[in-house]
Amino acid sequence: MKPRYERPVIVRHQVGSISKFGSRPSIRVYDKFEGVPIADLVSAYGSPLILFSERLLRERMRELRDQMATRIPRFTIGWSYKTNYLGAVCRVLHQEGAWAEVVSGLEMQMALRLGMPGHQILFNGPAKTDAELEMAFTKGAHVQMDHMDEVALVEKVAERMGIRPKVGIRVNMTELPTQSWDRFGFNLENGSALEAARRIVRRGVLEIDTLHIHVGTFVQDADAYRLAAKGIANLAKQLRDESNVSIDTIDMGGGFASRNTLQSQYLPGEQATPSFSQYVEKIAAGLDEAYGGAEWPRIVLETGRAIVDDSGILVASVVGNKRLTDGRRAVIIDAGVNLLPTAWWYRHDVFPAQDVHGTAEPTVFVGPLCMNIDVVRDRILFPALKAGDRVVVGRIGAYNVTQWMQFITARPNVVMVGLDGNHAIIRRAETVETLVQQEEMPAWL
Amino acid sequence: MSNTERLRELAISDAGFVFDPLTGHTYNVNGTALAVLRSLKEGATPEAVIAALHEQFETEPEDDIARDVYELVGRLREHGLVK
Ligand SMILES: Cc1ncc(COP(=O)(O)O)c(C=O)c1O
Repeated sequence: MKPRYERPVIVRHQVGSISKFGSRPSIRVYDKFEGVPIADLVSAYGSPLILFSERLLRERMRELRDQMATRIPRFTIGWSYKTNYLGAVCRVLHQEGAWAEVVSGLEMQMALRLGMPGHQILFNGPAKTDAELEMAFTKGAHVQMDHMDEVALVEKVAERMGIRPKVGIRVNMTELPTQSWDRFGFNLENGSALEAARRIVRRGVLEIDTLHIHVGTFVQDADAYRLAAKGIANLAKQLRDESNVSIDTIDMGGGFASRNTLQSQYLPGEQATPSFSQYVEKIAAGLDEAYGGAEWPRIVLETGRAIVDDSGILVASVVGNKRLTDGRRAVIIDAGVNLLPTAWWYRHDVFPAQDVHGTAEPTVFVGPLCMNIDVVRDRILFPALKAGDRVVVGRIGAYNVTQWMQFITARPNVVMVGLDGNHAIIRRAETVETLVQQEEMPAWL
Repeated sequence: MSNTERLRELAISDAGFVFDPLTGHTYNVNGTALAVLRSLKEGATPEAVIAALHEQFETEPEDDIARDVYELVGRLREHGLVK
């Protein structure tokens, strides 16, 4: 056989280059998704292409459910809509028993359209309107309040409707081994949370049955959940003892890290991220410290990214190569940060979608946007690619199909691959028509 | 020092391991880059190297080979291995 031409490459050895470029060059060829050749999917649906696996969605949700079931007697998992509110994704998770956790009237309408009964909708968020609250109470959704003005608004709506709904308050804690999310809810340590609860009890318009905390997102220190569970449980006990308030539910929010790797992280997420069982164990330990053998409240989780991140990939095509002045090879692909805002957070894995040969060298993947910020993945060791080759960006299931932006290019097809290798579009590619149909042209122009 | 003299100082192994005694830096090169380095060390011009590679790999367009070789020479220059 004739030797094959390989582009000449020279790579200088650098101390620390292992960590700089990631400890594992991603040279695994990723040519099938759920058994379906990626080339076939791209022929059918175009490039770029976002793919979701029904199987991985179900498996991650079941894994969380199973772990909860081993340690927590009563629990509910609420699917965090903002993490991914594509209808097909939500439906799969609802079929696995998840309720809907929404943070706006828009998201609540999405859940209702998917057929979720109101009593399985948890309504969070710092900016609920009068009309949204009325809709929530009409449908029987559970409202969890963020600040005092909102408490007053909720009381006003309840009085107007002549009801005494069960509600929750959101609590935050500063003394946790994670960045404090103290702009949401009432602080525990300085007594605001207790004050808010006392006020609600005194007024008697609402019945407080839930304490909610969401300690943050991508929380890598699982012990934060033990401390949070214990802190909230102690508040619940205090309310019971002094005001005879029965807190039936502690909502521990979301925040479990996915197996992605943060830009700032040294170890890859696959090694560093705690498992579901480790997080659940910590929640159980915190409840145990607070309640001991006494009955525990129902525990709600609103896990987002740790459930869906793994289930989605982005397929993109190589447009061209160039050499940057610092020596790195730049590969231009047809999908950028407009489709993948998590590229600013994560060092996403990138894989070739066909056989590659040649020496891996430091590479940066840039998108098609005519903007300097459009970097999909920096500093990854990658073998040579040529125009028309395809790459797979892994673990993109969380926050991308909600935070993506229509910018410069239209958004592509999103496809779900089902359990039998069947596949179908779950969100159609946008066209220029999709975009301009929202516009109006003033008559004088 | 001419380019060939500078390149002759390098210790180049058959496995593609390159040591530069002047700076102490080490490099890895792949097979093609190894062949190019060796030809340049013998005094060949980039043009001659391109022609030789094209002869060896007929199916590869000469323009692509030329682009790659000039790019490699650019990298050698960045690393201070040629002027
Ligand atoms: C109230 C609430 N619940 C759940 C989530 C989901 O978080 P995550 O995706 O980190 O699990 C969020 C996200 O910020 C949130 O604000």
